[in-house]
Parts: sequence; C-alpha cells; structure tokens
Amino acid sequence: MAYGRLSLVGACAAGLLLSSTAAFAQGEVEVLHWWTSGGEAKAVGELKDAYEAQGGTWVDSPIAGGGGDAAMTALRARVVAGDPPTAVQLKGPGIQEWAEQGVLADVSDVASEENWDDKLPAVLADIMKYDGEYVAAPVNIHRVDWLWANPEVLAKVDAEMPTTWDEFNAVADKLQEAGITPLAHGGQPWQDATLFEVVALGVGGPDFYRKALVELDQDALTSDTMVAVFDQLRKLRGYVDPNFSGREWNLATQMVMNGEAGFQIMGDWAKGEFLAAGQVPGEDFLCAAAPGDGFILNSDSIAFFKVRDEEQQKGEKVLASLIMSPDFQESFNLAKGSIPANENVPMDDFDHCAQTSKEDLEAAIESDSLVPSMAHEMAVPRSVRGEFLDVVTNFFNSDMSSEDAVQTLATSIDRARL
Amino acid sequence: MSASARSDGGGGPLRLLEKWLPQIVLAPIFGLSLFFVYGFTAWTLYISFTKSRILPVYEWAGLIQYERLWSTPRWYVAVENLFVFGGLFIFGCLAIGLVLAILLDQRIRAEGALRTIYLYPMALSFIVTGTAWKWILNPGLGVEKLVRDLGFPNFTFDWLVNPDYAIYTVVIAAIWQSSGYVMALFLAGLRSVDDDLIKAAAIDGAGPIRSYVSVILPMLGPVFLSSVIILTHLAIKSFDLVIALTGGGPGYATDLPATFMYAFAFQRSELGMAAASAIMMLTTIVAIMVPYLYSELRGSQR
Repeated sequence: MAYGRLSLVGACAAGLLLSSTAAFAQGEVEVLHWWTSGGEAKAVGELKDAYEAQGGTWVDSPIAGGGGDAAMTALRARVVAGDPPTAVQLKGPGIQEWAEQGVLADVSDVASEENWDDKLPAVLADIMKYDGEYVAAPVNIHRVDWLWANPEVLAKVDAEMPTTWDEFNAVADKLQEAGITPLAHGGQPWQDATLFEVVALGVGGPDFYRKALVELDQDALTSDTMVAVFDQLRKLRGYVDPNFSGREWNLATQMVMNGEAGFQIMGDWAKGEFLAAGQVPGEDFLCAAAPGDGFILNSDSIAFFKVRDEEQQKGEKVLASLIMSPDFQESFNLAKGSIPANENVPMDDFDHCAQTSKEDLEAAIESDSLVPSMAHEMAVPRSVRGEFLDVVTNFFNSDMSSEDAVQTLATSIDRARL
Repeated sequence: MSASARSDGGGGPLRLLEKWLPQIVLAPIFGLSLFFVYGFTAWTLYISFTKSRILPVYEWAGLIQYERLWSTPRWYVAVENLFVFGGLFIFGCLAIGLVLAILLDQRIRAEGALRTIYLYPMALSFIVTGTAWKWILNPGLGVEKLVRDLGFPNFTFDWLVNPDYAIYTVVIAAIWQSSGYVMALFLAGLRSVDDDLIKAAAIDGAGPIRSYVSVILPMLGPVFLSSVIILTHLAIKSFDLVIALTGGGPGYATDLPATFMYAFAFQRSELGMAAASAIMMLTTIVAIMVPYLYSELRGSQR
C-alpha cells in the first residue's frame, strides 16, 4: 500500500518533471501587441492558447492605445535598451524599417521547411522579407476596398449596388434627394486616406495605384489621373453629412446599420460591427467590392526580434511555425473577421463576405491587380504615409482645388523622402 | 553648554555634517534635474541635428531637419494657430479674469462661494474640459441642436467642424478653463492694495471707475506680468485640450506645435524633425522667459 502510494507520488513527480521539460523544450516567447479591443483580444487569445498547448511559456505584453503609437514607443525604448521582446505586432514597411536597424531575427529555416513562398501571395511575402529572408509572419488578410450598404435604404430609392463610380454618384445623388446621407464617413485623417486610396484604385486602376502610391513616381503623382482621383474625392465629400468631423469609423458603420446613411467605404473590419449587432450578411447589410478593378491588401503580422536567450530563440521558431499553421489561421480569422493569409486554409466555415474576399483575392493575384494599402501602412514608410494623410485630409476639409492638391502632394512626398 | 560646544566644536563629524547638510540634501534633486531636464534638452537639441527617423542616430547632419520643418505646410498651420490661440487666450483670460475680480471685489455677499465656483474649472483636467466642450459644441448634439429645437431651424453654430473656425472653439474652452484662475490672482492683487490709497483717492474726488483706472490697476503690474507668463507657457505647451476637443482636426486645422511634435515623433517615426520642432518651441519660451527673468533678477538686486 505504502509502496503504491509512493510510486504514485513518484509518477506524479516524474509527470511534473516531464511537463516542465516539455515546456523547456518549447521555449518562451514574449509578444508585444496592441490587439486589445474585444474581437482582437479574442483573436490573440487563440494564438496564446495554441502556443501554450504545445507546452511553451507565453508572456503577454499588450500595450493599448493610439493605434500602436504607444506600443511603438515602448518598443523603441526596449530595443535601445538592448532588451527587445521576442515577437512584435508590426506591419508593412515598418518591418523593413526595423530590419534596417539590424534588430530583426531571420526565421527563413522555418519558412523554407514549410514552403511559405507557396502559401502566401507574392505581394505579401515580399513585405514579410528583408534581404530575401523571412523576418515576419502574417496572421491575416484584410481587404480595404469594401463598399458596405443598407439594402432597405437602397430599396427606398430603387437602386442597386453600384459597380462603377458613375453609378455610385448617380445612386448617391438619388439618396441625397430623398434626404438620406449617401455616404457614412468618419472625419479622421486615416479614414480620409482610406477613401482616397479606394478611389485611386477605382479611378486609376492597379498600375496607376502602384506607380503613385507605392513607387511614389513623380509623373504618376502629378498626372491627370491623380487630378481625376481628387475630383471624385471632392464628389464624395459632398455626399458626407456635415457633422462627420472626428467621428470614429464604427459610428459611421452604425449609421449604415440604422438606415441613416446608404453606404460606407471601409475595410472588412466593419463587418465585425455588423455581425456584433446580430445582422446577417446579404440580408441586413450588403457587402461588395468598391467600384474598380483590384484588391487593396492590408495584413497584420508578427515580426521576430533578435533575442539572446536560447529559450526565446527556440520559442520564436515554434511561434513562427504556429502562426502559419492552417488551424491557427482559421480560428484567428474567424474571430477577427478577416481571411487567412495562408492560402491553403479551407474557407468553408467563413461567411459570404469573407468567401467573396477570398475569391477576389485569387482573381487579383491572377490578374496582377493585388496592391498594398497606403493608408494602412502596407505600402510606404510612416513618414511618407503621413504626408499623404496631411494632404488628403486637408483637401477633404477645405475647398482646395484638385490641381493644388496634386502639386502639394508631389512636393510633400519629395520632402518626406529626403 | 551644548550650544557653546557646538559653536566652537572645531572639526567634529557632526559639525561637518551640519555644515554640508544643505548641499547633501539638495544634491540628489540637483543631479536629477540636471540630468532629466537639462541633459535631455541637450540630447533633443543634438537629435534635431541628425537624420534620426525610427530610432535615434548620432551622425551629424546639420540643419536638414530645420529646413524640412520650415518647408512643411502643416508646421505653418501649427505656428499660426499658436499665435491665434495664444493671443486670444491670454487676452481673453486677462480681460474676463480682471472684470470678474473687480466685480467680486465690491464686498458682495457669498463672495467665498462665488470665488470657488469661478475658480473651480481650473480643478478639471484639460482632457475633461475638452471632452465636455466637444459635446457642447458638436452641431448634432449641443448648442446648435438645442437652439434649433427651441424653434430657430436656421441657427448655425458649427465652428467645431469648420476648419476655418475650429481653432476658436479651442480658445473658448481654454478661456473657460483658465479665466477663473486669473481672477483669483487679480483678486489677491486687488486685496493687497493699501486701503489708505483708495480712501485718499476718494477724498480727492475720484469715483470708483477713476480710482480703479488711475490708482488700483497701475499697482497690479506684477500680477499682470505673472499672469501673462503663466498663460503664455500654458498656451505654448497646450496639447491635451486640442487632443480631447478636436483631435487636431478637422484635417489638421487645429494643430499646435505640441500636437505637431507628438504626431511626428510617435506616429510618423520622424524623430529628427520632431526634435527640431521641440527646439523651436523651446526657443519661443526662452525668448519670452529670458527678458522676464532678467527683469526679475535685476529687480531683486536693486
């Protein structure tokens, strides 16, 4: 009896030892992020659970506020002090900027072993790489150029979902006559810039978009097409209610939900608001690509930092592999409303809008019309993006002429690249 | 006995300690402010001469950040707003504060309660003031809607969302916040004026207005000066009020140098340019403070 009990204790001790060595084997990661709002926190919880299920130790460092400004400040301090976190929520050219400082870790061995190149759209894979080596892993793909609409409001003026900007203007005019705000919009610089880039793609097409908003080509920036883009933006300004200044994007979404406004142009995170209100896509609200040909890509990703601790180095590799795993990508994106970055993930459990997004993504890759978002920090460094935001928001909030806006934009961008 | 032992106690350790005590007590504070205030100011100055972007770099790049700063239209908006805001804010607070102080100085009843009421806004943080005024001035929620609902459907008061007037809403909120404080300063000043002087003026036949203008107000010079200095630095460092009230918008129409600096340092990864704008703010303060300190020091030497 006593012997039995002893052996039980022994087995328990051995078990504990085993589990602790397992944790040891899977290493430790500290993840710095600003996914702190409802759906986001739930999504990052998926990653934490998946990582801990493999026996690793997860140290959570959420830093709320300011769309990541606070987190970036904390990151700067940690990197300068020589104590970076293992992994950080970073995106777009921000990844390249940190990589240039020589602080990002190379996870190419994991990437080549798992064939990331075949699983990711080439545009996205390039953003994750520095000098040809993977330094970050994407968790999702958001589409920016979505048009959200209230079907009841459209029915009131007997209108269909528009597919060109002319049609959009026609429907908007009708709505305005009927006394309904045609376009729900929040007056914050990044939202103005979101409208701007959606119009730029719609009016100018993917090649123009790439030249002007990604390569920052001066000829494209000062072209007549850019003037036409600002002209359409001026039209949109007329469709917005006078009280839009400083409004949050989700309040604009609510205006569409309540039937106060007909449309909203916003990325697919707006879907989360509709779903949270218990609305059904296709019935209570409509989703369609904004007029034009193409797909504006926005993606969240986790960048890996050079750490000295061996446990953390081990954890880094495990985390990299985990982020790209189909199971995680599916559960994370179901929680966050976006679609998986890993193209091999089946879309059966996703809703109608997400499935459309996926089909359009594949079509866009096929026809080479997939472009990175400028407004959401996927295309240009933050300093250049800031100049875009200044000019666009100033144009949107004044009676500046399109020609003046184009000239100011071209010179500002020149200065930001100095 | 002990007192005499102390006074001629020579070089005992206690005596030494007593001699050096003030220096020992003050040294840590002195060191800390030297490092955290003046050290970091010097560091910022140095950064403004480099090409620092996302992280500080220490390679000398001359005046390039200042050139970029002064060719940015948004910086001009910020500086112009500072003059509009600063000028109106200082003038408004002085005028309202002085009038309130003079009215309160008439030995009215319940003066203590009234003084507290006027002074109380100062106890709120600018974030609270900004948020409250944001709701009051919002055309869809506040004053405009109220007056329209009262039966004036054409009444318009949309300064908050009008880029040409938005900066004046910041002025309104700031004056509301700070004029009570200026009133308290002036009231203290008024109370310190010698009663005999006022009586003498009255005997000479001066009415209340004349005695205020010719006798009392000229004696409030130092209070004016301190009020202006306090209000000036409040204006130059204004940040939270703008963030809460307008978020710098519409567009960047209500940007001030402080919000400009924050945007460039923390949102745009332009540390060098942000440092240059911070140095411009510092030089503005210095340009105002140095003559003041000079006059103060000269005054005390006399």
